[in-house]
Amino acid sequence: MTALITATAAEQAAALAAGEVSSRELTQAHLERIAVVDGAVNAFLDVDADRALADADAADAARRDGTATSELTGVPVAVKDLFVTRGQVTTAASRILEGWVPPYDATAVTNLRGAHLPILGKTNLDEFAMGGSTEHSAFGRTANPWDLGRIPGGSSGGSAAAVGAYEAPLALGTDTGGSIRQPAAVTGTVGVKPTYGTVSRFGVIAMASSLDTPGPMARTVLDTALLHDVIASYDPLDSTSLTDAPRGMAAVVRAAQQGRDLTGTRVGVIAELDGGHAYQAGVMDSFHAALALLEEAGASIETVSLPNLEYALDAYYLIMPAEVSSNLARYDGMRYGLRVEPTEGPVTAETVMAATRGAGFGDEAKRRIILGTHVLSAGYYDAYYGSAQKVRTLVQRDLNAAFADFDVLVSPTSPVTAYRFGEKDDPMAMYALDVTTIPANLAGIPGMSLPSGLSDDALPVGFQILAPQRADDRLYRVGAVLEAALEERWGGRLLDHAPVLNEAAVAGVRNKKEA
Amino acid sequence: MAEELMDFDEAVRRYDPVIGLEVHVELGTATKMFDAAPVAFGGEPNSRVTPTSVGLPGSLPVVNKKGVEYAIRIGLALGCQISEHSRFARKNYFYPDLAKDFQTSQSDEPIAFDGALEIELEDGTFFTVPIERAHMEEDAGKNTHVGGADGRIEGADYSLVDYNRAGVPLIEIVSRPIEGTGARAPQIAATYVRTLRDIFRALGVSEARMERGNVRADVNVSLRESSDAPLGTRTETKNVNTFRSIEQHVRYEIQRQAAILAAGGAVLQETRHGQADGTTRPGRVKSDADDYRYFPEPDLVPVAPSREWVEQIRAALPEMPAAKRRRLKGEWGLADEEMRDVVNAGALDLIEATALAGCSGQAARKWWMGELARAAKDREIALEELPVTPGQVAQLQALVDEGRLTDKLARQVLEGVLDGEGDPQQVVEARGLEVVSDDSALLAAVDEALAANPDVADKIRGGKVQAAGAIVGAVMKATRGQADAKRVRELVMERVGA
Repeated sequence: MTALITATAAEQAAALAAGEVSSRELTQAHLERIAVVDGAVNAFLDVDADRALADADAADAARRDGTATSELTGVPVAVKDLFVTRGQVTTAASRILEGWVPPYDATAVTNLRGAHLPILGKTNLDEFAMGGSTEHSAFGRTANPWDLGRIPGGSSGGSAAAVGAYEAPLALGTDTGGSIRQPAAVTGTVGVKPTYGTVSRFGVIAMASSLDTPGPMARTVLDTALLHDVIASYDPLDSTSLTDAPRGMAAVVRAAQQGRDLTGTRVGVIAELDGGHAYQAGVMDSFHAALALLEEAGASIETVSLPNLEYALDAYYLIMPAEVSSNLARYDGMRYGLRVEPTEGPVTAETVMAATRGAGFGDEAKRRIILGTHVLSAGYYDAYYGSAQKVRTLVQRDLNAAFADFDVLVSPTSPVTAYRFGEKDDPMAMYALDVTTIPANLAGIPGMSLPSGLSDDALPVGFQILAPQRADDRLYRVGAVLEAALEERWGGRLLDHAPVLNEAAVAGVRNKKEA
Repeated sequence: MAEELMDFDEAVRRYDPVIGLEVHVELGTATKMFDAAPVAFGGEPNSRVTPTSVGLPGSLPVVNKKGVEYAIRIGLALGCQISEHSRFARKNYFYPDLAKDFQTSQSDEPIAFDGALEIELEDGTFFTVPIERAHMEEDAGKNTHVGGADGRIEGADYSLVDYNRAGVPLIEIVSRPIEGTGARAPQIAATYVRTLRDIFRALGVSEARMERGNVRADVNVSLRESSDAPLGTRTETKNVNTFRSIEQHVRYEIQRQAAILAAGGAVLQETRHGQADGTTRPGRVKSDADDYRYFPEPDLVPVAPSREWVEQIRAALPEMPAAKRRRLKGEWGLADEEMRDVVNAGALDLIEATALAGCSGQAARKWWMGELARAAKDREIALEELPVTPGQVAQLQALVDEGRLTDKLARQVLEGVLDGEGDPQQVVEARGLEVVSDDSALLAAVDEALAANPDVADKIRGGKVQAAGAIVGAVMKATRGQADAKRVRELVMERVGA
């Protein structure tokens, strides 16, 4: 493994700017790394090496011509397979879209192309982003680079694993109930869910529209900030896009790294998420140690209660499937993707739809479609969906009230570290782990997860920071200062403490589902 | 199977009909309701689509502001309140022509609500139709079933879907139950839709071409024992797009339902399909099982038109057809009946345009309701399809007013215009049809006629003034009708010294 690919994206960008390396060399090095480890990690569903190298050549040309528009020009990126990519297979990890080649790019992808970031490939996820472990992909589970027998989190597990396994320095993820922050937490990487509306959802295959938030994933706070600045844009093609999306995050991080001072910053510890029976002891130890570092940097720490948080999980698991059931209705075998005709009985539009969906959707997708259909059905709407929307409003109020007194709110990102494959085979057990991340999605506020250390099981723990809508800069400022203090303590990045993943380590392990 | 029908007069004597209409109008915006694909009629299948029109994964809707403006225009024209906070909702159901398997529509928060429309019936009386709401939605694609005998899905080998129409903006105007119509129910239903059609055109929001399905009505009919009884079970005839069939279907349903009720039966709540012969046939049974699972569309922010904008739109509303009719009737000095004929002939706008081009209203009416109406009838086309413009008609009348054409000559000139020989002036010149107003030329003709008929000249001198007619006739003949008969008579009298 070369120093080239273990460097941060910012370091890679600096090497490109100095002419020490070309984007072609950098991209090639990552493709080689993918060739070595991805049979075991299975972070990627599709790698288009030729196109990535062509993108790299264009990036090199842009740097030579002086037309490069971004600091990251030439640094390769991995893209969650929920973003549609023109001319490249996009499946959302579902059989129902197997082999589908979109005729258009998602706006976030258009932004990557505009800045000349070579796209290495499309990363694995829980089918249609439904799940917290990337075990629910139709094309094989993704492994955690820290322990190939464990989950990489989900649903952006492929993106998190690609970053953690040095297959890509940067990745795009999406966060509907924690799907960027939780995989970042359990893989020892950094993930940011920006304010809802900051990054366009156009071309992001919808799971739950009012909650889905695309965002950056990387190995450092600065790298996520650099990628944030590339993908955040007002998009007239997305009605919910913000005209004044927060940008300039890299500058915020660099300033914070210079000053390393949080004097006057009021940090609220969310009482309801500060431990409890479901929380792993080692996770809480790491969390409290990080709080002490924030205090050392000058921040004031106090506990704050959000009384309606206890209903947030329930509200989420009503609103989300309701939207899912409607968003997934279009996969009916009529226009694109899988089409299955019934083997017996009449072939009608209805029976083709039923057969296609029966064969094309996995269990988790079916579960949520059925749940959502029920939640919206006449006679149950008010009791379920209507009540859930009221709870959503109450959670938003709680958070707004807390932000009147605090600049940021903090909690562990996940109550537990990466669990073993198959360990949470009860869906309710998996859902319960989203308790920490869901409030940010219900309220549309930004959140970040960065590594705070290892639990007593030697697995990474994530530290979550939340800020008010449009105050994404606070995440980057507080995150950058905490990261600097932690790296000083560790003598490097947390990922340096991960077991070495090389040919020997991956020999014999295959998570990739052979077609 | 032919169904039992009760005589219409008996049906409306025994039962109180209540009708309800849901009228859809396709808006004539440049682009679709939620994406940038162009709105146009016809075209190569699936040529007018974007990822959003065909519901590709990841595609998102964005509201067409012009569509909202048109919706507000319609709402205001129908006397509705305009909602300060209206939202789109998803109407979830499966059908292959529905690209997303849900229709983006509005449910409990429509853009316009609580209006009323006054319509004028054939006998000159007025009737007010109460309007519950007008809401925005998108049209679906179009299925073509191939291989079957009658183009229906039953028996077809396969079906093709064209999404060119998918996403075209629609406004649906929902009436409240229309009560108190009695025997006039069929006429009221048709007149209401015709009045709406005229309003859509006046507002400039749609071409409102019925034959293209720009305007379609779902017609609800129910019967009850008396006007104070609760509403009866209704049937809904879908997508009716001619005034005649609206009238026929209402009439048929009243007769059909009356026969069922009179026999002690119960009307089935169902969707019915209108047939070309004016009857209706049962479609699917509509029951409470229909569950569209409406919920607010999370991909779209609420539509919150500012009061200022609404007032701007209100201030810029054109004159409504009914008001315009009243005004023009006064300006042109027409009797009620004359005005109704004009409206029924579809000549109002043509006459108005002719009048605006400088013709008197009465003269314009005479041309369009007389000579031109006959020409259109002969050619079996609509008045507006005649190859003559209101400007040309006004020019023609101006030539008459200037005394350069007699009425008879003017009719000949009009024939030339209709035959494509150019403007009236050009026809006059090309055909040499102008009135001979040169007295010396006329005098020569008068002298010639008098010389040829000396006995007539004597008679005139003898006091038989009416005998001058023969001389005038002869002169007119000699000038091929291009003389002003009145002037010729004067000259004759001068010559004979009478």
